Amino acid sequence: MMKHSITLTVNGDRYTLAVFPWRTLNEVLREDLNLTGTKRGCGTGDCGACTVMVDGRTVSSCLTLAVDVDGKEILTVEGLAPDGERLHPIQEAFIEKGAIQCGFCTPGMEMSALYLLSNHPRPGEREIRHGLSGNLCRCTGYNKIVEAVAEASRRMEKNNGAPGGGRKP
Amino acid sequence: MTFPKFEYLAPQTLDEAISILEEKGPEVRVMAGGTDLLVKMRQGLLKPRTVVSLKRIQGLDKISFDRKDGLRIGATALLADVASHPSVRSHYPAVAYAASETANVQIRNMGTVAGNLCNAAPSADNAPVLTAMGACVVLAGPRGERCLPLDAFFLGPGLTAMEPSEILTEIRVPFPRRGTGTSYQHLSARGKVDISAVGVGVMLRVEGKTCREAGIILGAVAPTPLRARRTEKLLVGKSLTADLLERAGRSAAAESAPISDVRATASYRRKMVAVLTRRALSEAYERARRNAKKR
Repeated sequence: MMKHSITLTVNGDRYTLAVFPWRTLNEVLREDLNLTGTKRGCGTGDCGACTVMVDGRTVSSCLTLAVDVDGKEILTVEGLAPDGERLHPIQEAFIEKGAIQCGFCTPGMEMSALYLLSNHPRPGEREIRHGLSGNLCRCTGYNKIVEAVAEASRRMEKNNGAPGGGRKP
Repeated sequence: MTFPKFEYLAPQTLDEAISILEEKGPEVRVMAGGTDLLVKMRQGLLKPRTVVSLKRIQGLDKISFDRKDGLRIGATALLADVASHPSVRSHYPAVAYAASETANVQIRNMGTVAGNLCNAAPSADNAPVLTAMGACVVLAGPRGERCLPLDAFFLGPGLTAMEPSEILTEIRVPFPRRGTGTSYQHLSARGKVDISAVGVGVMLRVEGKTCREAGIILGAVAPTPLRARRTEKLLVGKSLTADLLERAGRSAAAESAPISDVRATASYRRKMVAVLTRRALSEAYERARRNAKKR
């Protein structure tokens, strides 16, 4: 079995890596790139804790082979606040609305929220719940999360659709 | 919970992919989105020596439509793209709906309609409507292509009529004749994002109030998607009254052969077949009447 050479652009940075075919994007992000913001939950695509974006679409990184996304653009939760200082409006809204309890589902929830808001800038409650239906919160703080996404939508609209005040998401 | 080791190949042409299947024999698995295959591998149910990804094959993700050839869904077309495709939504609303109700957002951004069929779960959300509409699948192998109706495709849970060296390249759905309506109705425990406990796909063609053609496929209540033949016969040639739709529901329930499992009991499933069949017929009938007027 041989390693494959792949190139990933993660949060704007290009990486060339040698990976075994059975390694998931989740493992490569967490173990090779030390981007541990993305969690690993069920491993079967049910819980959404591992959600990242590949070429602008949310996927379960635990069910994505790293070799299969060679050449793609990856956005993880770390990419929401690249300088580590100023938070993304989605993150601000999560904090403000108390949408975080244990925090394990938060990175995945935020990625799903970003995907939803990129496609539906002004979602109703039903749309928000539908958009988050692939993410489980075991603290069961769903109401606060739904409120946070609605709040994030208002904040992002104020920024003229540019999340983080003109900064790329 | 990590994967068993395997070799990964990502051919750029279909011919190359088929040669790999021929050469590697039964220990190879074809992968489109990977959302079923990788789960089975993680659970140790499958241990392929080689995984062949179809994603690098150009043009295999195409969704095309015209009134002569109908709808064609390529093997790597994502569930999300089928669900949002304008022609699918306007001419095949139940096909779009079934795709939009399969699994969750992330899985729809990875998984494919073709993969949902090839995985051959009795509960596959995309199977009932496509089968009811008379869809066929194009299977490409070393000796060329064949087009197999979905009715003959499913053989059992996880089993299809595909040869080991064949690849499902395309799903073809005929353009619905005037007066046709379709519907998909399903139930699952976790809202609707979980695997369906019951699913019913229906196609009706009407002239006035009279049913001329009926296709009724029941999902997750038999080892394969099940055609409710007696119920179809019950409807054809008759006026589609509320009473008849009610009777059709009961008839479909009698035809179903569900088991009890983690998702539902057999008796609940059977009862729900009656309800969902009635709902699906009623929605399909509404759509058929609108469709008859439209063109």
